[in-house]
Amino acid sequence: MRPIMPDYSVPSPQPGDGTEAWASATMCAVSSTLTRAEVKRIAVLAHLELSELETERFTKQLGEILSYFDRLNEIDTTGVPATTHPVPSSPNMRADAPQPSMTPEETMANAPDHDANGRFRVPKVIES
Amino acid sequence: MTITAIQTLEDIRATLRAGATAVDICTQFLARISAHDERIAAFTTVATESALERAAQLDQRGLTDPTLPLAGVPIAVKDNICTRGVPTTAASRILAGYVPPYDATVVDRLRQAGAIVIGKTNCDEFAMGSTTEHSAVGATKNPWNAAYVPGGSSGGSAAAVAARLTPLALGSDTGGSIRQPAAFCGIVGMKPTYGRVSRYGLLAFASSLDQIGPIALTVGDTAAVLQVIAGGDPRDATSTNLAVPDYKTASTEPLEHPTIGIPQQILEEGVDPGVRSAFEQAIDTLRTGGATIVDVSLPHAAYAVPAYYVVAPAEASSNLARYDGVRYAYRAPPASQETSIGAMYDHTRQSGFGDEVKRRIMLGTYALSAGYYDAYYLKAQQLRTLIRGDYDTAFERVDAVAMPTTPAPAFELGERTDDPLQLYLGDVFTASANLTGLPAVSLPCGRTDGGLPVGIQFMGRAFDEEGLFRLAARYEALAPWWRDLPPAAAVS
Repeated sequence: MRPIMPDYSVPSPQPGDGTEAWASATMCAVSSTLTRAEVKRIAVLAHLELSELETERFTKQLGEILSYFDRLNEIDTTGVPATTHPVPSSPNMRADAPQPSMTPEETMANAPDHDANGRFRVPKVIES
Repeated sequence: MTITAIQTLEDIRATLRAGATAVDICTQFLARISAHDERIAAFTTVATESALERAAQLDQRGLTDPTLPLAGVPIAVKDNICTRGVPTTAASRILAGYVPPYDATVVDRLRQAGAIVIGKTNCDEFAMGSTTEHSAVGATKNPWNAAYVPGGSSGGSAAAVAARLTPLALGSDTGGSIRQPAAFCGIVGMKPTYGRVSRYGLLAFASSLDQIGPIALTVGDTAAVLQVIAGGDPRDATSTNLAVPDYKTASTEPLEHPTIGIPQQILEEGVDPGVRSAFEQAIDTLRTGGATIVDVSLPHAAYAVPAYYVVAPAEASSNLARYDGVRYAYRAPPASQETSIGAMYDHTRQSGFGDEVKRRIMLGTYALSAGYYDAYYLKAQQLRTLIRGDYDTAFERVDAVAMPTTPAPAFELGERTDDPLQLYLGDVFTASANLTGLPAVSLPCGRTDGGLPVGIQFMGRAFDEEGLFRLAARYEALAPWWRDLPPAAAVS
C-alpha cells in the first residue's frame, strides 16, 4: 500500500537525499483498521446520515488518519498527567448577580420554527 | 499621505490629522473592497451601511478622543465571531442566515475603542481547514497569486489585509489558523496565550485550543489590536484577569540582543527549499543584528500533529452537537409529515455541514466513543503535557523559539482537497502553540523563487506577548517585508 507521505512539491525526493517530507521517517504504513460498519455506527452516534459514497470515502480517509494516530503509541506516557486546560488557572468566575438578558424575541429570532409564546417548534417527539 | 495610499494605522492617523473624516476613511476602504474583492473573495459580508453609520457617529463625537485608540479604523472580522446585526455563518450552510443578537466581547471592545467593523471574512467552515477552500460560499484566493490558496482557516482575514482591503482583521487560531494564512499572505498574525483574549461570541471549535487574535500588516498594528481585545472577561471563564501590558510601547522598543532557540532537529527534513532558505536568511539577519542563536531540543514536537488531530476533532464533535436544526438558522425540509425529530437532526446535519466538518465530527466521535477514550483522547492530552515540558525547558535558556511558520509556501487551489491527512501535516509547526497554550506570532520573512511569501514564527513564554512583540519588532525593523505589495493589492 501507498505510504502516507506529504507532498510539499519538492522535486522528486530520492531516498537518502534529505528531501523526504518531514513526517515520512517515522510514519507508519497504512493499515485501514476501520470498517464500513464502524463508520456507520459512528455516523449514527454523531447524528449524521452519510450517503453510501461518503461512507466509502470516510472509511478509507478516517482509516488512514487513525493509522497515523498510532504514532502516539511510540511514546510511553505512563504516569504523565493529562493537560485538559493549557494554562493552569482557576476558572474566572463572575459575581452571581442578575444581569439583563436577551428578550424572547431576540432569542427566537434565529430559530427555524417557533410559536408565538417563545417556544421552539420541532417534529413530534412522543408518539400519541 | 493621501487617502488612496493608506495602508497602516499610522497612515490613517496621519490622514485624520490632515483633516479627513472617519466617513472618508471608511468610504475609501469600502471602495477598495468593491473594486478588488471580486478577485480574491475575502469577504462573506460587507457591512457597508452599518460601517458608514458608525463612522458618521464617530465623526460627530470627535476623533481625537483619547479613549478611542482605534478611532475611525476599519477592521474585518472572521465570520466565526459574532457581530450583532451582521450575519455570522462560520462559512457553513448550517448557519446560513444566522444574525447574532449580540457582539462577541472582542467586537464589543473594538467598537468601544472606535474601530469600525467593515465586514465579515471568509474561512474554512467552522475554522476547520488550512486553505479556506472548505467554505460554503467558495474559496478565497491568495493576493500574491490568485491560483493559490491564501491559507486558512482565517484566509479571508489574511487575504483582505494583504490586499490592503482593510488595515486590520481578527482571526481565530485553533491549530495555526491565524499564523498559517498570515504566512501564506505575507503579513503579521498572532495567536495570543490561551486565556489572554475572551472567546465569548466565538463559535466554539475546540475549546481547549481556540484563541482569537489580530492580523495586520505590521507588528505595531498587531499590537494595537491586541491592546484593545486583551484582558479578562466575566463572560468567559477561561479568560484570565492578568494585567494587560502596554503592547504598543513594547512594539516600539525592539529587543536588541535576544537569545533565540532553533529546533534544528525538527527542521532537518520535509521543509521546502524556498522556505528553508528564507528562514535561514532571517536567522542570519537576526544574528547580524545582535541576536544570539542557539539550538534547542523539542523531542516531543513531532507528536504535535497527531495529538492535535485527536484533541481538536474530539472537542469539535461535542461543540458542534448544538447545530441540530432547532435553535440556529438552518433546518432541512422534512421528507414527509411523518419525519421524526431524530430524522430531522440527521437530515439537517447531513445537508448543513460540509465534507471536512463531517470528517472531523466523525473522527472526534470515534475518538471519544466507548473503548477508545484512553487510547486517543487521554493519550493526546498526555502528549500535550510532554510538549509543553519541552518548551518550558527551552525557555530556561532562550527568549523565544523560532521556526518557519509552515513547512511549505501556499499551494494551488484544489491541489490537496482529496487528501485530508496531507493537509493536516502542514500544521506541524503551528499546532504546538495551541496544544501548549503558548503565544506565537508569524511575520513575513521573504519569498520563494515563485514569489510566494514565507513566514517566520516566534513562540514565547505564557502571557509574554510583550516579549514576542519586542522580538518581532526587531526583525521587522531589520527586514520590513510587509512593505512589498502583492499583485492584487488595492494600493499601488
